[in-house]
Amino acid sequence: MTAISPEAVFDRPADARPDYLRIRAGLASWLFTLDHKRIGVMYLVGILGAFLLGGIFALLIRTELFTPARTVMSADRYNQFFTLHGAIMTFLVIIPGIPAALGNFVLPIMLGARDLAFPRVNLASFYLWVVGAILAVLAIVLGSVDTGWTFYVPYATETTMGGVIPVLLGAFVLGFSSIFTGLNFIVTIHKMRPPGMTWFRLPLFLWALYATAIIQILATPVLGITLVLLIVERVFKLGIFLPALGGDPVLYQHFFWFYSHPAVYIMILPAMGIVSELISVFSRKHIFGYTFIAFSSIAIAIFGFFVWGHHMFVSGQSTMLSTIFSLLTYSVSIPSAVKVFNWLATMYRGSIALKTPMLYALAFIFLFGIGGLTGLFLGALATNVHLTDTYFVVAHFHYVMMGSTLIAMIGGLHYWWPKMTGRMYSEKAGVIAWALVFIGTNLTFFPQFIMGAHGMPRRYYNYPPEFQFLHQLSTVGSYLMAVGFFLTAAYLLHALFRGARAPANPWGGATLEWRCASPPPPDNFERPPVAGDPYDFSEIDYDPQTGGYVYTPRPAPAAASAAH
Amino acid sequence: MATSSTAADPHAAHPAHGASPAHGGHPPHLAHQFDTPAQQFESVVQGMWLFLATEILLFGGLFCAYAVYRANHPEIFYYAHKYLDTFWGAVNTVILLCSSFTMAAGVWAAQRGRRGMLSVMLALTLLGGLGFLGIKYVEYKHKWEAGLLWGRHYQPRYPPGYHGDPAGQDAPAPRAPAAGAALSVATPPATTAPPATPLGAVPNAAARGNPPDTADALAATDGPTVTATPAVPTADAPDPSWNLHPFESGPRGLLLPGQAPPLASEPLPVRNVHIFFGIYFAMTGLHGLHVVAGLIVIGWLLVGAVVGRYSGGYFTPVEVGGLYWHLVDLIWIYLFPLLYLIH
Repeated sequence: MTAISPEAVFDRPADARPDYLRIRAGLASWLFTLDHKRIGVMYLVGILGAFLLGGIFALLIRTELFTPARTVMSADRYNQFFTLHGAIMTFLVIIPGIPAALGNFVLPIMLGARDLAFPRVNLASFYLWVVGAILAVLAIVLGSVDTGWTFYVPYATETTMGGVIPVLLGAFVLGFSSIFTGLNFIVTIHKMRPPGMTWFRLPLFLWALYATAIIQILATPVLGITLVLLIVERVFKLGIFLPALGGDPVLYQHFFWFYSHPAVYIMILPAMGIVSELISVFSRKHIFGYTFIAFSSIAIAIFGFFVWGHHMFVSGQSTMLSTIFSLLTYSVSIPSAVKVFNWLATMYRGSIALKTPMLYALAFIFLFGIGGLTGLFLGALATNVHLTDTYFVVAHFHYVMMGSTLIAMIGGLHYWWPKMTGRMYSEKAGVIAWALVFIGTNLTFFPQFIMGAHGMPRRYYNYPPEFQFLHQLSTVGSYLMAVGFFLTAAYLLHALFRGARAPANPWGGATLEWRCASPPPPDNFERPPVAGDPYDFSEIDYDPQTGGYVYTPRPAPAAASAAH
Repeated sequence: MATSSTAADPHAAHPAHGASPAHGGHPPHLAHQFDTPAQQFESVVQGMWLFLATEILLFGGLFCAYAVYRANHPEIFYYAHKYLDTFWGAVNTVILLCSSFTMAAGVWAAQRGRRGMLSVMLALTLLGGLGFLGIKYVEYKHKWEAGLLWGRHYQPRYPPGYHGDPAGQDAPAPRAPAAGAALSVATPPATTAPPATPLGAVPNAAARGNPPDTADALAATDGPTVTATPAVPTADAPDPSWNLHPFESGPRGLLLPGQAPPLASEPLPVRNVHIFFGIYFAMTGLHGLHVVAGLIVIGWLLVGAVVGRYSGGYFTPVEVGGLYWHLVDLIWIYLFPLLYLIH
């Protein structure tokens, strides 16, 4: 086996400078950092913390629903908990999730860049997230909110609960955090690609983040104005939504869902991008149908703007409008299905390594398959009338949000963990935790499809005894999931301190982030490496000496530098 | 913000580059993530255009609300817009257009490194913006005093189209706005889209397929009776006929003391006029906040211009500040005809 010099792997000697974690210490160096990697790590810590908080509310909800009548809390408290669970998970965890926690870290490195286009805007976006999180927590303290995370009028404007305004302000602030992230990503991808990286040599994760950023830019401001109007309506009684003042409450629903439907594509597109990376790398095979997957991300982003009315089929809107929305909703499913077929085709005759990230990617395909297909039941008008506001809807969106986005985020976290921390985690623990999470997810949410189809309404505190068994299955599943997540946190934290040192490229990826050290130095690359095909594994070879893969371009250059 | 991302010293942000001789010839304003000043300039400008797109969508929600309510209740908008003073709205429009011109001239000066002219132009732009805000203040103050506010606070004291001095000869006797007790949520029939008889050339209720409203028909419902003679209001006593009454007496003026209520055969006056003012204050208020933000940006640019931060080689903040100010102007260009010039 030929000796491979470090210069062939990195564009500078491997141990020339400390990595981004060790370059400077102290709280101020983190709070005032402009390094996208540190900002990404701070986002990750915050988002996982918010996930813990939202998860605790979820466990409380499921515990209450273990028995038909009161189990551990009053009905009013129950209403507050499902509202807070929804608001925290949606606005603090799932929408920022992958772009902020993983995208911030990975995007510039995948482009061979030194940072994002606007590091200060990036930091501002993080500060805004923190402010939004503080406001959300403040809402809990200041009198709570029980409107449901959708804040429908007139209840949202009439209720005297003290937590409504903080939550609305928090969501508004979080909207701008999202906008700044999207703005940053678009300009970075437009202007800071390395030599050789044409649009159709972008890694698919970046196509996904790009499509997500387009939605963030165009849809989130509408949420902003909606929340502002809701606050003004509540405080000043503006008269735009309240029927008692001649306003139109359905107008609020149109405004709210005009953002909130594209928001679900903000949630799912980056997840699909991660899955594209994972499937290709862990099948050691070029992604199938690259162009189709790239364009399908853009198609989902565009079509996603035209279907918001499918949340309002029973709001009294005209049948003609409902029919149009239903038809358009079906059209959005097509690009999603295109991706699934391409992933499966990628795996066919590939050399599949069932490492933990790959297990999460496979779980995604299964769970997204169920979640996406059940969306079709909801998109059809006749069945929608039967299933609206039942547990069927709850199960559908949890399969796509929890079962798909969150699963992909954890898979991505495992995939890029060695790059971010420089450590490897225990593969065995990873598999066990994955199994708990996968089984737990299905056990929690599949019974909800059944009870929803049988008529169990959502957001209900009491229910008839015939649903109890299904509720109990669901609750047990949620505890199982929780155990899986806590185990994941435990072994990842353990890896931080005791894990084996990670090589630059533990998985054999061909994208550019695997060409810098794990963890990367502060400015990633002195000069950007020349980009080739991000899914061509023919030049990536395993090096038993380092326990990882190295990139050896063929023909191997005479000089000891891989970048020129 | 994108405007400030390039102004700080990149060396402070990146200590490893600090005194490195390998970066000799490195332009002082080039941030470390960019390779060339041109790349930096183009990126910042693109970032600002994207931000402007988000602002357009932010206002878009309000324009959409305007469109929906105007499509459903054109009579409200036609009636209420006469309360607005078109003259001062036009003055505001001219002021903002001129300030956009001075801003563009400032950018022109910055591109050529002409510090003095840049400072003057920025100062003029600032003055224009302040003038705009001053006029808006006067307009809002008038609305407040005239009781022309949103929702339940809509308690008009004068007929539409009257902008003169309250003590003038043709002024109706001003009366104190009635106390909230005069209001009753129960009085209007509980519908979200109350059928309102439009006025003049606007298609009437019958044309839209609704049964024509008459005073008698409403008198027969649970609403308050029109035929009841309103109490003769004194200067201080609250007059229930003024405030969120099912009727406003329409273009013939407000119901003045001693005036008989409309005849049963006459078309009803406009209801829910407060919706117009809700939308008016939301749109102009949000716009005003953006003007204030723009003035802060221009003020900061002016300080930078005076101390000589900008040159022919680096004027990016001026460029993107200019873009923002032009958008603020553009939004007003749309607001003015939609609110003031309805025909």
